[in-house]
Amino acid sequence: MHGGITALIICAVCTMLTAPAGAQRTVPDTLAQRALACTTCHGAQGRVSAEGYVPRIAGKPAGYLHRQMLAFRDGRRAHEGMARLMAQLTDDYLGELAQHFAVLDLPYAVEADRSGRAAATPAALQRGEALVRRGDAALDVPACEACHGNALAGVAPGVPGLLGLPRDYVLAQLGAWRSGTRRASAPDCMARIAQRLNAADVPAVADALAARPVPLRIKPADTPPPRWPMDCGSTAP
Amino acid sequence: MSAARWRRSLVGTAVALATLLGVLAGLARWGDDADDDADRTVPSMPASGPDTADAVVRGAYLARLGHCAGCHTARGGAPYAGGRALHTPFGTVYAGNLTPDADSGLGRWTAQDFWRALHHGRSRDGRRLVPAFPYTAFTRITRADSDALFAYLRALPAVAQANPPHALRFPYNTQLALGVWRALFFRAGAYGDDAQRPAAWNRGAYLVQGLGHCDACHAPRNMLGASASRLSGGVLPGGRWWAPPLPDAADPVDPAAAARHIVELLRTGRSDIGSASGPMAEVVFGSTQHWRDDDLQAVATYLLAPPRPARDADTAAPASSAQLEQGRALYDKHCADCHGLQGQGVPQVYPPLAGNPSVLQPDPRNLVRLLDHGGFAPATAANPRPYSMPAQALNDAEAAAVLSYVRQSWGNRASALSEVRVLTLR
Repeated sequence: MHGGITALIICAVCTMLTAPAGAQRTVPDTLAQRALACTTCHGAQGRVSAEGYVPRIAGKPAGYLHRQMLAFRDGRRAHEGMARLMAQLTDDYLGELAQHFAVLDLPYAVEADRSGRAAATPAALQRGEALVRRGDAALDVPACEACHGNALAGVAPGVPGLLGLPRDYVLAQLGAWRSGTRRASAPDCMARIAQRLNAADVPAVADALAARPVPLRIKPADTPPPRWPMDCGSTAP
Repeated sequence: MSAARWRRSLVGTAVALATLLGVLAGLARWGDDADDDADRTVPSMPASGPDTADAVVRGAYLARLGHCAGCHTARGGAPYAGGRALHTPFGTVYAGNLTPDADSGLGRWTAQDFWRALHHGRSRDGRRLVPAFPYTAFTRITRADSDALFAYLRALPAVAQANPPHALRFPYNTQLALGVWRALFFRAGAYGDDAQRPAAWNRGAYLVQGLGHCDACHAPRNMLGASASRLSGGVLPGGRWWAPPLPDAADPVDPAAAARHIVELLRTGRSDIGSASGPMAEVVFGSTQHWRDDDLQAVATYLLAPPRPARDADTAAPASSAQLEQGRALYDKHCADCHGLQGQGVPQVYPPLAGNPSVLQPDPRNLVRLLDHGGFAPATAANPRPYSMPAQALNDAEAAAVLSYVRQSWGNRASALSEVRVLTLR
């Protein structure tokens, strides 16, 4: 008994002494381990709070994520850091990474971003809400809900959800589409929609989207709507 | 000053300027117009036939060796259709369209025109090309390789994409300035085998000095942008990255280990002791991973043949113990999970930092880039699913401490970094 304890202690001490230098650590052979550079900014497991600029990637449709990574790499979306990160990665590997983040089903414990609402006029709030729900027939702009799903949770595989995004992020994306620095696959519906909006509509719709309550689980719809309101490259099969 | 003196001084200046221009023009002509030489009479290759099919295959490989697409393809653009901007200290130049489009590409070029561009640095219409196109290296390419490359480019789908005009500052945007530059820094000349050397050495020399144009990054450039003949390392335009000397004193002393490191790094983007990052990751991804093994071995043979420079280990200034203490604490917290408490890394996954040539460079700027940006190793055929390093949010003093610790631990001996040095490198 006594000898056993002594042996145990010796073993433990030996392990402590040799583990750091000698033992070859095994690194998990997983995509989560490979993608540590992604989660530095997008949050552990691809979640991120609404306070920052960086959008959540966990649970977004795989096709959408893949297209975005290709767009950053090939210059259709402008972000220096993302472009640098993707520059020497292949289409296939980016597809694997997209799939990895898409299937993460994590509770969405973020507050809605209501930072823009304090400064907004009641008319602007109403306008933003109207664009989200009904669009504007006069401007030939469909409702956000018409493509991004009634719950705004996105539609697999190509259309992203719009809930839980930082207001500044939504604002910047609409601005980038208006100026042509963000481009989606042709026909680029979002560019057309953003360019048809009045300048004041952009913050209105960003406020409305960012302020939507964020449910704990957001799952993109599996089936597309019976009819897409526009012919879009990102919903093409 | 009187009106007469004004006039005299004006006339004097004008005469001086005219003389200077005359001298420069003379220099320009003397320097590089001896190039329209007898090789104009070299018969061009046949337009089609079995020889051409073979040439296209060879040319495709040669285009990989030269990494032509690296400059001649815009981000996300059609391959070889040009348009990528290269920022130089003299302004921005745009790589041209190499596809066979008649108006915007090489559609009207002959193999002779193409040879003249590679060998003499002149365009089809005789204009002097800007030396951002590395004809100072490509002049060593053989006529047979030039013809094969041209055959490959002719076989590409034609893409109508006009070349943006260069945006160079005066006087660098003038043909006269290019003439003077050529007179000073360029002589057309073929690579001649050194009969005293084995075939592999000569092949390596041909690749490194010619198509590979390694000197574009790995040699220092003078004030006028001309590369030195020795590959003694250089800071890339923009100052963000340092290209190590070739051969590198920081590589393993054992020649077999050094050769293994060079070949593996070029083939896979990583080796037992390090990994490619920044612009070299781009070169590995776009070019060297596609090189044949015998060509990679030839490069190692050539680079490792001369006596290698000694490591400057003993002259490296030691870090203060306070800085090393801070560095160790930061290292254990931020770096040790992947790179190991002893800087040993994890084979095939995370590069070691002990003995890693990138860590030991006298110029530490790449390490600051790596800390700030992190990133993936290039996704090569041999390493298609690379692991990545997260960007580290460290302030100047912290970055200096952790880098100094890494550069002076586990047998590493390289200079320490001060907070100010990191600041100037950021």
